[in-house]
Amino acid sequence: MHSKVVTMKDAIAAHVRDGDTLVIEGFTHLICFAAAHEVIRQRRRELTLARLTPDVIYDQMIAAGCARKLIFSWAGNPGAGSLHAFRRAVEARPAELELEEYSHFGMVTRLSAGAARLPFGVMRNYMGTDLPAANPLIRTVNCPFTGETLAAVPALNPDVTIVHAQRADHHGNAQVWGLMGVQKEAAFASKRVIVVVEELVDESVIRADPNRTLIPGLIVDAVVVEPWGCHPSYAQGHYDRDNEFYVAWEEISRDPGRLRAYLDEHVYGVTDRAEYMRRQPALAERLGARPRICAGVSYGY
Amino acid sequence: MMAAVAARELRDGEVTFVGIGLPNLACNLARALHAPNLVLIYESGAIGAAPDRLPVSIGDPSLVTGSLMVCPMADVFQLFLQNGRVGVGFLGGAQIDRWGNINTTVVGSYREPKVRLPGAGGAPEIAVHARRVLVISRLSARSFPAEVDFVTSPGQRSHGRSRRELGMPGAGPVKVVTDKAILESDPSTGEMVLTALYPGVAVEDVERGVGWPLRVGAALDTVAGPTGEELRLLREVLDPRGLYLS
Repeated sequence: MHSKVVTMKDAIAAHVRDGDTLVIEGFTHLICFAAAHEVIRQRRRELTLARLTPDVIYDQMIAAGCARKLIFSWAGNPGAGSLHAFRRAVEARPAELELEEYSHFGMVTRLSAGAARLPFGVMRNYMGTDLPAANPLIRTVNCPFTGETLAAVPALNPDVTIVHAQRADHHGNAQVWGLMGVQKEAAFASKRVIVVVEELVDESVIRADPNRTLIPGLIVDAVVVEPWGCHPSYAQGHYDRDNEFYVAWEEISRDPGRLRAYLDEHVYGVTDRAEYMRRQPALAERLGARPRICAGVSYGY
Repeated sequence: MMAAVAARELRDGEVTFVGIGLPNLACNLARALHAPNLVLIYESGAIGAAPDRLPVSIGDPSLVTGSLMVCPMADVFQLFLQNGRVGVGFLGGAQIDRWGNINTTVVGSYREPKVRLPGAGGAPEIAVHARRVLVISRLSARSFPAEVDFVTSPGQRSHGRSRRELGMPGAGPVKVVTDKAILESDPSTGEMVLTALYPGVAVEDVERGVGWPLRVGAALDTVAGPTGEELRLLREVLDPRGLYLS
């Protein structure tokens, strides 16, 4: 099988198109900012962005004019405040961003149904809430066996999903440890999948520990090797979350001028993630992870 | 004080769905004091977490290191929460009303909000499924209206219908811990009533902080102030940088 390894620039150019529904997943952990920045640099437009937590990553994409619509369940800056580009777009009259919102369980169920190629997913949820009134796609269905009324949400099948992993081989067999979020479901639900990794490894490394593979290469279209590709998010075992940056984003995003200056300097002003890191030499020392090795298991028989 | 009061509500061994901020402090305080076997579940997928630093977010890497299990979020919601394995959930919000309904979505109307808040997160499913829910919020008339602008997470009665009529498995918000007093849901009506005051706080102080005619429970207790050990742990061990304690 031929290698799927390409540059970030080529991966985004080939797989992310104007008007696509794009998912860059990762719950706090493994959020691929390097991919988002390349989407911004290539000036993709009219995207429907979907994620449980839009986070700073989608706040930057909204500010850069990439987004037409947001599908989400929690739009805050975790532990630090608001996403101000998001809020400005939503509080504008008329609103500049279309919203479709669920709870986390609702988003997880949408992607799980999409991954299983079912038309919808069910939960026991949303009784008494105003969410179905705000979003007519949250409906009910009666159980054919018990008659119970359950909540139903439509499958979500993105055009493209981008997930970051600690390591993968040339074919995209990707291994993740630490928080796994909803990446597996998002990748299986998607028409196209880009895997971005901290480290490219030989297939034998993957085969030595198959239980750790979250995304199999057979659903992957492109592999990008991008160390530090998640900063200011984190990669367990590689680098810590840059909580200082998340706190700083509260002030940066509050002021459209400062936000634009940030994008000019750290997104438009660099060609790729390697240059982004070269321009901020103190990051690696401040955030590099101390090792905490697990002993491993025997797969013998 | 709120963190200390909330910590006292937790029982040893209980499975607790933890949110960030004060709930996280309360859970870790309880773990250091009377509830060493508290099982902390974070919606990010950390089960039995034992963080050795105060997590800034609910997806902090310290929740993974040394935890009992790390699972996909689908498992958290399906296999733990919907399965009925969560004993107590913590919620907060911009608005909490007379029936314990919580709003974290919008101030004003949904289509044309005055303030856009973060939204639901995992709160609605916690409010539906956790066996009981503790709410933590500072008291103010703005935060405690008679009726929330938007029901993100259901309380004891929503749009005139009770939890039982709506078919919710958990008991919902049974207690609201504020910075002045504790409110509890009346077992027959579901209305939040005043059941305990902090030292030095008068009933009128609490009445001014809620937007409905507050009923006072049959037995009005006084909450014991924080002990020296509670304060020491909170200030010196759990939140030495004052991230959440002000």
